[in-house]
Amino acid sequence: MRILILAEHDGQQLNPSVLQAVTAAKTWNLPIHILVAGNDANKVAESAASIEGVERVIQANAAHFAHPLAEDIANLITSISADYAVILAAHASFSRNILPRVAATLDVAMISDVLEIHANNTYVRAIYAGNILTTVQSTDSVQVLSIHGSKFSAASFTTTSAEIVNVAVPAAFSQTRWISEVRSESDRPALGSAKIVVSGGRSLGSAERFEQVLSPLATKLGAALGATRAAVDAGFAPNDIQVGQTGVVVAPELYIAVGVSGAVQHTYGMKDSRIVVAINEDPDAPIFQVADYGLVADLFEAVPALTAAI
Amino acid sequence: MKIIVAIKRVVDYNIKVRIKADGSNVDIDGVKMGINPFDENAIEEALRLKEKGVATEVVAISLGTSANQDVLRHALAMGVDRAVLLETDAELQPLAVAKLLKALVSREQPDLILLGKQAIDDDAGQTGQMLAALLNYPQATFVSKLELSANELISIREVDGGTETIALTLPAVVTADLRLNNPRFVKLPNLMMARKKPIETIQASELNVDLNPRLQLIRVSEPAARKAGIKVGSIEELLTKLRAHEGVLA
Repeated sequence: MRILILAEHDGQQLNPSVLQAVTAAKTWNLPIHILVAGNDANKVAESAASIEGVERVIQANAAHFAHPLAEDIANLITSISADYAVILAAHASFSRNILPRVAATLDVAMISDVLEIHANNTYVRAIYAGNILTTVQSTDSVQVLSIHGSKFSAASFTTTSAEIVNVAVPAAFSQTRWISEVRSESDRPALGSAKIVVSGGRSLGSAERFEQVLSPLATKLGAALGATRAAVDAGFAPNDIQVGQTGVVVAPELYIAVGVSGAVQHTYGMKDSRIVVAINEDPDAPIFQVADYGLVADLFEAVPALTAAI
Repeated sequence: MKIIVAIKRVVDYNIKVRIKADGSNVDIDGVKMGINPFDENAIEEALRLKEKGVATEVVAISLGTSANQDVLRHALAMGVDRAVLLETDAELQPLAVAKLLKALVSREQPDLILLGKQAIDDDAGQTGQMLAALLNYPQATFVSKLELSANELISIREVDGGTETIALTLPAVVTADLRLNNPRFVKLPNLMMARKKPIETIQASELNVDLNPRLQLIRVSEPAARKAGIKVGSIEELLTKLRAHEGVLA
């Protein structure tokens, strides 16, 4: 039997989380295949083929894969699933949309956002917003799972290349139609893979001040901007930069939390960061319990001063 | 258009859940329970579709023991037309829930099934997609805007790095993001009236569905806490500390 990794990509580049998925897949000591579904995404397929430890890249070409729908990717995966004991991807909105559909079609459970993989199909994953860890064992014949990217190191690229095999694509699902997408335009690095993240909470007070206070710091550090759910709900920041249980999970080298209280919902999304800095006026804010360095200060004075001093 | 909304009874989102002393499971005896927040968004959206004249009937359904009547009464107080309890003592995992909902869909023949995008207890986020797979229906997950236009359901989805708009042909499955709407506040008189409304109960065992859990729970534990560090007295001290870590401030 083999392992199939569903690759996320944008048609040009492989999402870096695929490298983490490869490391996770190595736990089974089975041949690893990567599925690249796209509209002639040859560059992506070649990139996937040069990941160390990959035996084969399965390339599925179709015009409708330019904007892949869950229905079509799930049908594609189930059409080739007979060869695979494990089907996995990094946990992201892309895989969360598709893999449960695959699992149900195969009549197996799905294990979401896996933190650790142990022998005999035993997994550790978080429940209750990361407050509790559960260890579960799957009794199914096929394992369908998504892995928590930051818990697995990235596999490296090699100079050799695995074979790339084309596979037939099932007919397009006719009841769903892709219309459009809006990508948040930004010169900043992607939130999920940024080395530094500057995050703001509700204490920023308004969308204008969120931008005025945090943007110069993020620009100077080459950082991505993040926000708490409270700040997003208050309309200070767009939804797609929300860090937390229901938003993006990040693990940068440096996480700077500005005016963030430290709700569990939020800390779930950033607690794997290497170094955490918290700037908050309230010395009792829970964020200080997860921060390596805490500065009790008025953020409207401290952040511009920090920006100037860097 | 007829809409089914599936709602889950979960530990209230303000409660910090603890584990049993022997680590066998979480300890939720006597803990305050409530409707899963994302499912409340799903109910609200169904009601708004009805108020716009798009939907004709909204049916709320919950799976579990008779204790689930409280969340169904909450849905009735919000304004759903009917409430159905699929009664079972079994521990239900997402695949089993999807199978039970599929059985109910074949009885009720709805045009749209609305669910929350995930439950805040197991954080799996699977049931909607699984139900769509079993029915071979189109799906729109993590939806923040929903509109019926020329018999298609135009759905804006919250995805990593932006949004995506797709159109679904009915019947379809949609899962709600928090951004979809702000659920209405339930007024006390409505809650009192909801107590008198009937709740239809169907025994899950009558539906001939395989409810066996596929995942065996081995143990639960508390995650290693991130250690609190130190408080720094000034910006200068903060920068000195950060520069001492290699590669943090490039």
